[in-house]
Amino acid sequence: MIARTRRPELPLRLLVALAVMLLAFALLPLVAQWFGSPYFIRLGTRVMVFAIAAVSLDLILGYGGMVSFGHATYVGVAAYVVAILAHHGANEPLLLLGMSVPGTANAWIAWPAAILAASLIALVVGAISLRTTGIYFIMITLAFTQMVYFLFLSLQQYGADEGLRLANRSELLGLDLGNRVVMYYVTLVALVLVLFGGWKLVHSRFGMVLRGCQQNARRMEAIGFRSYRYKLAAFVIAGATAGLAGVLQVNNEAFVSTADLHWLRSADLLIMVILGGVGTLFGPVVGAVAWVLLELWLEGLTVHWHVILGPVLIFIVLFAKNGLWGLLLGRGDDRG
Amino acid sequence: MSPLLIIEQTLNGLQFGVTLFLMAAGLTLVFGVMNLVNLAHGSMFMLGAYALVMFERLTGSFVLGLLCAIPATALVGVVIEVLVMRTLYRRDHLDQSLATIGLILLLNEGVRIVWGKLPLKAALPAAVSGSVEILPGVAYPVFRLVVIAVGVLVALAMWWLVTRTRIGMLVRAGASDREMIGMLGVDIKKLCTIVFGIGTALAGLAGMMAAPIIGVQSGMGDNVLILTLVVIVIGGAGSVRGAFIAALAVGLFDTFGRVLLPPAVASMVIYILMAAVLLWRPQGLFGQHA
Repeated sequence: MIARTRRPELPLRLLVALAVMLLAFALLPLVAQWFGSPYFIRLGTRVMVFAIAAVSLDLILGYGGMVSFGHATYVGVAAYVVAILAHHGANEPLLLLGMSVPGTANAWIAWPAAILAASLIALVVGAISLRTTGIYFIMITLAFTQMVYFLFLSLQQYGADEGLRLANRSELLGLDLGNRVVMYYVTLVALVLVLFGGWKLVHSRFGMVLRGCQQNARRMEAIGFRSYRYKLAAFVIAGATAGLAGVLQVNNEAFVSTADLHWLRSADLLIMVILGGVGTLFGPVVGAVAWVLLELWLEGLTVHWHVILGPVLIFIVLFAKNGLWGLLLGRGDDRG
Repeated sequence: MSPLLIIEQTLNGLQFGVTLFLMAAGLTLVFGVMNLVNLAHGSMFMLGAYALVMFERLTGSFVLGLLCAIPATALVGVVIEVLVMRTLYRRDHLDQSLATIGLILLLNEGVRIVWGKLPLKAALPAAVSGSVEILPGVAYPVFRLVVIAVGVLVALAMWWLVTRTRIGMLVRAGASDREMIGMLGVDIKKLCTIVFGIGTALAGLAGMMAAPIIGVQSGMGDNVLILTLVVIVIGGAGSVRGAFIAALAVGLFDTFGRVLLPPAVASMVIYILMAAVLLWRPQGLFGQHA
């Protein structure tokens, strides 16, 4: 028997930090409009999309000990599914196994289809790579990421290396997702829901078992938990959540390309988690904000900004052990 | 498929395979002894290619360029080991991967600053730039045959080094218990530096062999790196023998996949091969543990 599940409690400091964060996100479009730089609204949406993906990665990395080096795959595949369905909705129908399937921009069809596709790939990749651990797990998830990347690179009808433009934005409850403010708040609602769901999940029995498997898989096996199944379930949930990020991303940018599937994009997500704080749930949101802003700032300094970014990354990895969230809230059990 | 085409594609596959072996051998040794995931190994491939072009232009000769570029790449490896890698040995694999990605960003942009954005070409000496008739009616580029020969020679040299020399004995001992051989008075620090230097030189050599064929540009090693990881997963981490067999298998499967299958499937062949091997043996063909 494991001890009774810890009741999710929100310590005051955490509550304040979350309230400040939510307020800042909620007010950003108003402030951006005020200063006449609406560009920041799209950027803010982009950051929140990354945050959703990074939070989902933290679920398996921080709570399940799975160093998945291919998390951008699920984001990118879901984005492609939405774009491909919209493409066939606007042009000729999709020929699938000899059947003619009409495309669609209806969010109630396209979004579940996209998230399902991301989950299925996560299921296959997870089922194979979770047979191994450690360095093998890293290398295998990396390899599968590259496989999907090359697969989409070879699909001439969907733009190959030039990417695919979103023919029509998804139709969701009559909302105009082409409007950047509407898109921003839809994404914010999604981020809040993901954080709420993640909080529930981490503090559920399932979350406890998952953490147990991370700390000592053999002991969990001995007391009757099949760690493989729990890890795989978590892997698929994270993949589905990353799929949601992809659905939002393609609607925000009206474009998806193979760059979204590249393994360095997956590395970006890992960096956001590390930077925010591994296993802190809310930390990756801060990590996503910090990493995107850092890139933006360095990009403005010089064309050769990667020369600075590389050493900064090494520095972050070597010295930022508890992440920004740990810096904000201090070490302890109340990090989330 | 005609027999002539089969012979030609087999040679292409072998040439690609030995290039992957040069990469995988170094990476797998570094992993075996230092337990280090070095994602910047692809950048060593790139640095080797740039070093070759640079020394070739300085000396005016491909062979002299090669002879200067190999030790130069090894030296770069030693410097990187001392400056960065050493601090990473005690960190977990996630930290190692991300820090070495930082190194990739730095090196990719660094060569762009030094040598510019445009791809460079390595010029081949006249003796190996033409084709030779390997069978009546089948012409094949000489340089690709040279690459295969170099790969096989390096494989033999590696086998000799690992199984027959004192340093090879230390490498094997270090792979099974690094702390213990430290206790026995072996200078582990020096051993790690030497192994890393050899690994870098091998990756650099792979880049030099690829340079006249695929051209030299920033980021040229990034995709090769992932293929190298596939080779190591199939062969079993830490095993040079596994790396050799897996590298040839990946080279041949990939080459024939591209000839026989539609592009979308061909791009997935080696990953499916990897998945199949993992379902059968999660630790790879010659791996000790998963």
